[in-house]
Amino acid sequence: MFYREAGDFKTSYVDDSQTFPIRFDRMRYYAVLVLGFGILPFVMNDYWANAVFVPFLIYAIAAIGLNILTGYCGQVSLGTGGFMAVGAYACYKLMTAFPWMPMPVNVLLAGLVTAGVGVLFGLPSLRIKGFYLAVATLAAQFFLVWLFNKVPWFYNYSASGQITAPERTLLGVAVTGASTPAWAKYLFCAVFLFALAWLARNLTRGTVGRKWMAIRDMDIAAEIIGVNPLTTKLSAFAVSSFYIGIAGALFFAVYLGAAEVGEAFGIQKSFLILFMVIIGGLGSIFGSFAGAAFLVLLPVLLKNLLVGGLGWPTDLAAHIELMIVGALIIVFLILEPHGLAQLWRVAKEKLRLWPFPH
Amino acid sequence: MKKTFTMLAAAAIAATTAAPALADLVVPNLSYRTGPFAAGGIPYADGFNDYFTLLNERDGGIGGEKVQVPECETAYNTEKGVECYESTKGQGALVYNPLSTGITYQLIPKVTADKIPLYTPGYGRTSAANGKVFEWVFNYPANYWDGASVAIKYLLDENGGSLEGKKIALLYHNSAYGKEPIRTLQELAKKHGFTLSELPIDSPGQEQKSQWLQVRRDKPDYVLFWGWGVMNSVAVQEAANIRFPMDKFIGIWWSGSENDVLPAGDGANGYKALTFNGVGGDYPVYADLKKYVFDAGKGSGAGDAAGSVIYSRGMYAAVIISEAIRKAQEIAGTPKVNAAQVRDGFEALEITDARLEELGLKGFGQPFAASCGDHGGAGGAMIQQWDAAAKKWSLITGFIEPDHDVLDPLVAEDSAAFAAENNIAERCN
Repeated sequence: MFYREAGDFKTSYVDDSQTFPIRFDRMRYYAVLVLGFGILPFVMNDYWANAVFVPFLIYAIAAIGLNILTGYCGQVSLGTGGFMAVGAYACYKLMTAFPWMPMPVNVLLAGLVTAGVGVLFGLPSLRIKGFYLAVATLAAQFFLVWLFNKVPWFYNYSASGQITAPERTLLGVAVTGASTPAWAKYLFCAVFLFALAWLARNLTRGTVGRKWMAIRDMDIAAEIIGVNPLTTKLSAFAVSSFYIGIAGALFFAVYLGAAEVGEAFGIQKSFLILFMVIIGGLGSIFGSFAGAAFLVLLPVLLKNLLVGGLGWPTDLAAHIELMIVGALIIVFLILEPHGLAQLWRVAKEKLRLWPFPH
Repeated sequence: MKKTFTMLAAAAIAATTAAPALADLVVPNLSYRTGPFAAGGIPYADGFNDYFTLLNERDGGIGGEKVQVPECETAYNTEKGVECYESTKGQGALVYNPLSTGITYQLIPKVTADKIPLYTPGYGRTSAANGKVFEWVFNYPANYWDGASVAIKYLLDENGGSLEGKKIALLYHNSAYGKEPIRTLQELAKKHGFTLSELPIDSPGQEQKSQWLQVRRDKPDYVLFWGWGVMNSVAVQEAANIRFPMDKFIGIWWSGSENDVLPAGDGANGYKALTFNGVGGDYPVYADLKKYVFDAGKGSGAGDAAGSVIYSRGMYAAVIISEAIRKAQEIAGTPKVNAAQVRDGFEALEITDARLEELGLKGFGQPFAASCGDHGGAGGAMIQQWDAAAKKWSLITGFIEPDHDVLDPLVAEDSAAFAAENNIAERCN
C-alpha cells in the first residue's frame, strides 16, 4: 500500500537513477539519518556507546570494505585483521609523530597507507584465484601481525608492545583518549560510516562497481569485453583496504584506546568480519550493516538477557551464547544462503504486494 | 513470529537498562571462566568471590556494609573487558581487578578519567608502581619486574653469586604480559653478564614445538617462563618431553599452579615457580570459609579449587581490596565509601604481619605499606617447587627482595614516558 513505485513519477534522469527509487525507502533512509545524527548523540551514554554503537559502526565500515573486495569483486580475503592492524598502527604512528594533525586527517591517511599495503598484497590476485588467493591473503594476515610484534619502531619502543592512543581533540572536543564524551565517540565514527557507506553505494552503482562485478561473475568474459583485470582487481583491493584501514584506525584510536596486535587484530578478526559479510549478504551494502549488527549486537544482547535478566552464572551464559550464535548462523545460512540482505529483499518484494498478494 | 520478536526485544531492552540497587559496596569481578585462559581464571574468580562471601556471611560485610560482587565474563578478551567495565561502572564500582595485563592497559586511562581505582596485584603495567604518575592504579605487593629480578637473584644464589657467561632463555606469551619482563632482564643481563635469549610464543600457546626445538639447540642453562592458561601445561609437558632439567625451569607466579603441572605427571617433578603469597589449605581462614561458605552451599563455582595456588591468589586480592575498603571507611569516617575514598584507602594501606594473623592468614603475604609515591609495595617473592609424587607445591625459599637498584630507574623511566605522553604532572611533591 505504501511501499510501491506507482504514483511516484520521475521527471529527470537524476531522479530515475537515485539510490532509493521508492518514496517509502527514501523516507525510511532520512528517518534513519535523523535518528542517527539528530537523536542518538543526545541520548548516548558510555555503556551504549562503548559496548554497542561504536563497535557496530566500526565493524560496519570493515564489513563494507571486505564486501567490496569479496562481495563485489569476488576476491576472497582472509587478511582483514592484518589490514586493520595496518590502519591502527599507521594511525598511531601519525598521531604520535605529528601531534598537531587533526584526527580525521590521521584516520584518512591511515586508510591511504592501508590501501597501499592492500594493493601490494593484492598483486598475487592477478595470477591466483579462489582458495589459493585466500591462502595468500592469510599469509598477509600472519606476516603483518608478526611484523607489528617484531619491529619495535611500530610501537614506539614501548616496554609492553602495546600502542596507546594519546588524547586528540577535534573542534575543542576530545575524540580519542579516555576523557572522550560518549556522543563524540559515536558521532566521530558515525560520520565516517555515513560518508564511506554513501561512497561505497555510489561506487558500486557506477562504472567501477560494474567492472568489479564483471570480474566477479566471469573474469575471462569481462576481459574480453574490455575490463582491465589489473586495474579492476587492484582498485578493488585499494578501496577495500582503504575502508578496512579506516576501520582499524577507529577501532584502535576511538574504541579500544590501547591495542595489542595479536589480540586485537588476530586471525579471529579476519574470520569475524568475513562471517559478517557472509551472514549479511555478499555484494550488498545493507548486508554489511546487517551482518555487523548481527554479530556485534547479538552476543551483547544475549549476555544481558542471560546474566542480567535471568541471573545465570557467567560461564554458563558465555557457553550458551556461543552455541546460540553458532546455531543461528547455521540456521540463517540454511534458510537463506544469500544472507540477511536477501531476507530484506524478499520482505520488500512482499511489501510491494501487501495487502493484496495474488 | 513478529510478536515473539517484539517481546524478545522488549525483554532485552528491559534487561540492558535494569540496574541493581546502589546501596552496597560494589566490587565487580571481571573474570574469565571460558576460553584458553579459563584454567587460571576459574580458581582466581572463585577465591575472589568466596572471600567476599565469607565477609558478608561472617561479619555482615565490611564495616557493616554488605559487599556485592557482580561477575562479568571477559574471556581474557580486551573488547569484552571494555564492555564489562562499562556495564559495571554505572553500578557504583569501587575498584577493578581484571586479571589481565591487556585489559589493564585498556583500563588505565579509563579509570583515571572516571576516577575509580584499579588494583592489579602481580600483573598489569609495572611502572604503575610509581604513584606519582599513576594516581589511580595500584599493583602491590609485587610486579613483573620484581618477579624477573627475584628469579635472577635466586639463580645468583644458586651459582655462588655469579651468572657470568651463563645462558638464560626467556620463554614468553607474545603479548603485553609476556613482554613486560624483557627490559628488566636485559638490564640484569648487562649487570650480571649472562646472555638472554627471547623466545616468544603466540597466544594461546598450544603450539610450542619450534620454541622447544630452539631450547634444545641453544642449550640454555636456565629457562624463565612467562606463560598463562593452556600455554603453561603445554610448556611443562614439552620441557619434560625434551628432558630439560625441570629444576632449571622457573615460571613466574602465573605459571605455577596445580593445573599447569598435573598433566605432565612425573615429568613435571622439580619444576619451580615464583609466588608472592602462601598456598595450601592450612591457614586458619579456611576453617571459617568451610563453616560459613562451603558448608552453607554458598561457594563460588564448582568449589574444587580451594587452597590451590591461583585460588589463594584470588583470595589474596580480595583480602587486600577488603582491607583497603576498611581503611577507606576509617579515613572517611563512614561505612558508605565511594571510589575516590577507596583510592585514599589503597594509598594509606598498611599490611602488617599482625594484621594478617588476625585475618587468619599468618605469613600468607609479605607486609608492606603503601604511600602516595609508592603503589608497588615491597616486591618480594618466594620460590616454590613441585613435588610430583606428593602432588604438592612446597616453598623452598623465604621472601627474596628484588634488586631495587636496577628496577627503580626503569620504573622512573617508563612512568616518565607515560606522564609525558599524557601530560600528567607528578604528584606527591
